[in-house]
Amino acid sequence: MLRIPCPWCGPRDETEFCYGGQAHVPYPADPSTVDDADWAGYLFFRDNPKGWFAERWMHRAGCQRWFNVVRHTVTYEISASYPPGTSRPDVA
Amino acid sequence: MTWQLTPRLPAQPDFLWAEAEPKASYDVIIVGAGGHGLATAYYLAKNHGITNVAVLERGWLAGGNMARNTTIIRSNYLWDESAGIYEHALKLWEGLEADLDCEVAFSQRGVLNLAHSLGDVREGRRRVNANQLNGVDAEWLTPEDVQKIAPILNISTDVRYPVLGATFQPRAGIAKHDWVAWGYARAAHAMGVDLIQGCEVTGVLREGDRVVGVDTVSGPIRAGRVALAAAGHSSVITASLGLRLPLQSFPLQALVSELLEQVLDTVVMSNAVHVYVSQAHKGELVMGAGIDGYVGYGQRGSFPVIEHQMAAAIELFPIFARAHVLRTWGGIVDVSPDASPIVGLTPFEGLYVNCGWGTGGFKATPGIGWVFADTIANDRPHPLAQPFALARFADGALIDEHGAAAVAH
Amino acid sequence: MRITVDGVQLAARPGDTLASALLRAGRRVLSQGIYTGRPRGLVSAGVEESNVFVQVLSGSGEPMVRATEIEAYDGLRVRTLAGKGLLPDEPDEARYDKTFAHTDVLVVGGGPAGLMAALAAGESGARVLLIDDQPRLGGRLLASRAIVDGLAVHDWVSSMRDRLQALPEVTVTSRTAVVGYYDHNYLVAVERRTDHLGSAAPATMARHRLWNIRAGQVVLATGAHERSIAFADNDRPGIMLAHSATAYAWRYGCRPGRRAVVFGAHDGALAAAVELADAGVEVAAVLDVRDVVGADFAAALARRGISVQTGATVSGTLADDDGVLRAVLTSAGETVAADLLAVSGGWNPAVELFSQSGGRTFWSEAAAGFVPDTAAQPTHCAGVLTGAVSLARVLSEGAGAGAEAARAAGLDVTEPATPSVEGELREEAAPAAYFCVDSAAEETVFVDLQRDATLHDIRRAVGAGLTSVEHIKRYTTIGTAADQGRGSGVLAVGVLAQLSGRSMAEIGTTTYRPPYTPISFALLAGRDRGRLADPERVTAIHDWHVEHGAVFEDVGQWKRPWFFPRPAESMDEAVRRECAAARTGVAMMDASTLGTIELQGADVGLLLDRLYTNVFSSLKIGSVRYGVMCGPDGMVIDDGTTARLAEDRWLMSTTTGNAAKILEWLEEWLQTEWPDLDVRCTSVTDQWSTVVLVGPRSRDTLEELAPELDCSVEGFPFMTVRQAAVAGIPARIMRVSFSGELAYEITVASWYALAVWEAVFAAGEITPYGTETMHVLRAEKGYPIVGQDTDGTVTPQDLGMGWIVSKKKPDFVGKRSFARADTSRSDRRQLVGVVPVDGRSRVAEGAQLVSHGAVLTQPPVAMHGHVTSSYHSVALGTPFALALLDAGASRHGEVLDAVDDGHATAVQVVSPVPYDPDGVRRDG
Ligand SMILES: Cc1cc2nc3c(=O)[nH]c(=O)nc-3n(C[C@H](O)[C@H](O)[C@H](O)COP(=O)(O)OP(=O)(O)OC[C@H]3O[C@@H](n4cnc5c(N)ncnc54)[C@H](O)[C@@H]3O)c2cc1C
Ligand SMILES: [Zn+2]
Repeated sequence: MLRIPCPWCGPRDETEFCYGGQAHVPYPADPSTVDDADWAGYLFFRDNPKGWFAERWMHRAGCQRWFNVVRHTVTYEISASYPPGTSRPDVA
Repeated sequence: MTWQLTPRLPAQPDFLWAEAEPKASYDVIIVGAGGHGLATAYYLAKNHGITNVAVLERGWLAGGNMARNTTIIRSNYLWDESAGIYEHALKLWEGLEADLDCEVAFSQRGVLNLAHSLGDVREGRRRVNANQLNGVDAEWLTPEDVQKIAPILNISTDVRYPVLGATFQPRAGIAKHDWVAWGYARAAHAMGVDLIQGCEVTGVLREGDRVVGVDTVSGPIRAGRVALAAAGHSSVITASLGLRLPLQSFPLQALVSELLEQVLDTVVMSNAVHVYVSQAHKGELVMGAGIDGYVGYGQRGSFPVIEHQMAAAIELFPIFARAHVLRTWGGIVDVSPDASPIVGLTPFEGLYVNCGWGTGGFKATPGIGWVFADTIANDRPHPLAQPFALARFADGALIDEHGAAAVAH
Repeated sequence: MRITVDGVQLAARPGDTLASALLRAGRRVLSQGIYTGRPRGLVSAGVEESNVFVQVLSGSGEPMVRATEIEAYDGLRVRTLAGKGLLPDEPDEARYDKTFAHTDVLVVGGGPAGLMAALAAGESGARVLLIDDQPRLGGRLLASRAIVDGLAVHDWVSSMRDRLQALPEVTVTSRTAVVGYYDHNYLVAVERRTDHLGSAAPATMARHRLWNIRAGQVVLATGAHERSIAFADNDRPGIMLAHSATAYAWRYGCRPGRRAVVFGAHDGALAAAVELADAGVEVAAVLDVRDVVGADFAAALARRGISVQTGATVSGTLADDDGVLRAVLTSAGETVAADLLAVSGGWNPAVELFSQSGGRTFWSEAAAGFVPDTAAQPTHCAGVLTGAVSLARVLSEGAGAGAEAARAAGLDVTEPATPSVEGELREEAAPAAYFCVDSAAEETVFVDLQRDATLHDIRRAVGAGLTSVEHIKRYTTIGTAADQGRGSGVLAVGVLAQLSGRSMAEIGTTTYRPPYTPISFALLAGRDRGRLADPERVTAIHDWHVEHGAVFEDVGQWKRPWFFPRPAESMDEAVRRECAAARTGVAMMDASTLGTIELQGADVGLLLDRLYTNVFSSLKIGSVRYGVMCGPDGMVIDDGTTARLAEDRWLMSTTTGNAAKILEWLEEWLQTEWPDLDVRCTSVTDQWSTVVLVGPRSRDTLEELAPELDCSVEGFPFMTVRQAAVAGIPARIMRVSFSGELAYEITVASWYALAVWEAVFAAGEITPYGTETMHVLRAEKGYPIVGQDTDGTVTPQDLGMGWIVSKKKPDFVGKRSFARADTSRSDRRQLVGVVPVDGRSRVAEGAQLVSHGAVLTQPPVAMHGHVTSSYHSVALGTPFALALLDAGASRHGEVLDAVDDGHATAVQVVSPVPYDPDGVRRDG
């Protein structure tokens, strides 16, 4: 059971959170100009690295706010937690 | 005190395979010696006469999901495309022991998929009808019929999620995953395929848009064709080519109980409450648990998933209350957006992918081995593989098995 | 105390385990090999036990437990087993609980190292949790005769317990086994609270408790398990681990045998021989595989008149008629009469938890065991676990690890002085890594007793070409039994090393997986059983529905009235009556389960424009609009109406099952994509309750209940919302319709829901109806239900709702996907109506549509679509169904077969809106 640092509430058990997949995948500014391949990229293709990964979480049983976490997908270490809209900190 | 003797399971062959040293080049390299990789090698040799083949495995042979799954085999999928490949597999399962000349403990004890809501009933009937029309054996059972097949199942109506009926596929069942893998390995080895363990593929060699081999921890190996069968690790390998796959890798857990006198003669699945259980050959209850809520390559699962799972299991099977979890483990499953596999050619000449089987690829092992070998040998998708092409994510023609039937194991 | 084993009564003493009581009673043959049927007896006194398992019949019952782990109590009843457990049939009435602990330092193991670690950490002021699985603290000291700090060990342990209890932040928990070590220093433990009390167990106390522990730092002081040596006929009752034999003698006061042979590969075995001799067992021979043994030990034995045969092994054993050990055959060719063969191949440090935590182990030649290497988490190892042997070192390592952990937890630490130890023999000669005495009778050389797996099996596996220890395990099944390889795992690695000439380090071990000891399903479920398995949500009017005989349907977590049968009425009859009332008179339904979300802020219109396929920003205050929401992939995810109550206040309704999901959907877009929008969302599903009033005569009823409200068609037009008192209660009333009839949704604060419901019901001949009638009514109008007529693969256009997909808006979620090749096909599966050609047969929901006359006996039969909803339509006087059909929109009039369970019913494809297609009835 992960212990996830919510930027607003502090560290909490993973069961309080829901997962949102890869972070920093913005909705295209004008989807009508995006071709089919890139649109499929937005819809379905996500990084799946074995290593550090910036991902989204939402503190469902707490503040209900979304935020980003940098986690290692093998060791499950968490090296950063930061609000949405800010860029991935230069850690790990 | 007199105790009962338990009959031994059949013995495995005296000889399985001999370890090989990698050669400088092969006609075909298969990455990943899981069930899919081994079956592909076997059918390449047997059906297509291609034997200058190496299967490269980073760990021990069939030590990935092949060694970790709950071995449920069925073909009662909803969509025609899925029914096609899984039923092809089931037919091969039915002749597999003879074909491989080796015991795999394939036991057609049937699979029940329980319905707990009117919505489940509707979808269950829809699937049964689709199965029957596709030539896949399927029945719709009332709760009373269900209980005849699994007497320990609680079918009383005053439980939180009562059993309102079930789909039943009599030809479905289980097998022993290790034996299946070894059976394929033995047969492939006997036809000249090199099985190489401890040989992790770290990259793919290319000349322009043509793939010409792989890089491994023990150096480069050239190949005319490279076929990926690396399950949860597929996207790690293709990342080196800049080829993205729509896959997310999640830990999926399973567990076994102590050995128990027989209480359950069939396989019971309840997707609504995440229970998948059979009583395996030695007597242990084998259960699939849920998938973790977040991606990861840690071959372990999150504990709360197991707790949640057991609560549901006891509701359905009160007799399980005092059974014990003896061992839990996790595997890394590669989940695609529509819960259907991705099979076929890639933008790179000579590179073939087979992945995205997620939580349900064991049952496909013979079928996909057959179809993937054919695809590789002829450099075009086998008709049964055609719908599962990577291109479907761009044009939107998904094969959405979880939208409808929602049962993936 | 009396206990009953296989129907025979035996005496037991306080402090006994079932195993010690059996041994004292002289019971030797207690099981048989699962496949071989060979007689088996106790091999250990603890968790290493791999032979004697019993089904517990008294108390709460247990299918399969080690006899060595059951504390005897008066009235204990058990049945011995041979490899397989038996699940009791009776329901499990016991209570199982969960508890949560957060601690600076968790110490696992209450032996000498753990006690010192807890003291060192505790004295620093750290919050410490010490967990031990035995009834009493002390670990291996319980069977020891050393003098610590001048005290007999039992007294020393008591003094330690007192010192720990005096520390306010220290908690000590016995009979609790840590079974899992997960990520982020999260550990799970099982506490056995009442099993040892028998009938004296307080009824209010949970039988077992599952501890969920989050620890800042963990000290593992889990000790070691004794390893056996494999040799021919090594499975006879009377052959036992040496330190288990001494534990029986010194801890439980029962003699494990009269005349013993001791066989070992390290000085510890010699120490055990001393202990056995001092306990009054005649030690007939001591065989040590080594050429050099510890001088202290040899001297201690010599003082007792016992000599050590070095370089000696056991070559076989002989049994009496019962299969019980009678004599030991030695490599020197001797036959030594004995009823006890005490074997000790060395110690296997209990690295299971350490491995689970992600830590790696390595083979230590010095310790002849796999010991912890670097930790993967904030974990500190101490004592026998690290390969330490002497008590003095174990104590000082414990203190060191406890201090280190407390320091890492941020506390100032003064390490306590290490206690002095007297009377301990010093470890002198190195242990041998020795595992198996080779024998031609390899099928009697057991490596895993519980699996009946032998040297022969391992040899076959190697011959089959297998090299990986994981393959060997799977081929032979060694290590897969209830002890999970505790007794056999490292032994098998050693045998493999001996057979293949490879090193222990190269072969390594198989992976240790949780749980360390088995956890019952019931304990994992805890209180989440029966009614607490999943919350049941009911509306404020629920009790009324129950009183009025409603039959309920589960919709998500909600209990919704499905229909309201009158006495002796069938479901069909009830639904027909309810439908007729709604179409011809007036009927009412509880719609409180629909999700309701209040949206406030200047930009709500903008948000809705982006998330619904149609335009909302133009909606006038006081008006209501229906909308469909799609995922980015263009597939319908929800629908519902939204009202604009004020310039910046809106009320959105969602389908019952999707309420939480849609709120999260809105929040996700707002927080992560459009934080600049001024919108706040709140779930108000539970705050408001809604009574739907339907039927051509519903206006009369409303007029009566809300005299101040202008209910005329002009005064209260369709798709508008009003505020008014209904039955004297402030209410919001919307003129929307999910049936095509004139209808009103009356929403009040949930406190008043029942009052309003009852007032409406009392207002006249009003028929309450449930979800089935609602479905019939909406189906007759072709209104799809998301999740029933859609399955995640359906676009609004597929539903015939192209009209609701804005062409004007530059974008909304889902729009881009409609342009994809497959999504823009005109022959996709589309919503249609189907009616039976015979006018009578109701087709089944889930029926598949095939060409009319298709031969069903020759699969595959091409399927064109399937029936999503099917009812008997009162309005049409015939059955009517909705279906999704390939290119359905262009196939109206076509005849197809609807196939259910092999039976075909000819149906005609019709418009999905068979009833009142021009919508004239909505104004009453
Ligand atoms: C707990 C669990 C329960 C399941 N239950 C079922 C079930 O009941 N029924 C069912 O049908 N399916 C089930 N599945 C799914 C099924 O196990 C998988 O879909 C299937 O095994 C995948 O195919 P495979 O056997 O080839 O995969 P794997 O056995 O995972 O084979 C992939 C191999 O590739 C190797 N590899 C990876 N990267 C590299 C590299 N870079 N170089 C070399 N080798 C590499 C891996 O080590 C691995 O051996 C379950 C899965 C899990 C985890
Ligand atoms: Zn929070």
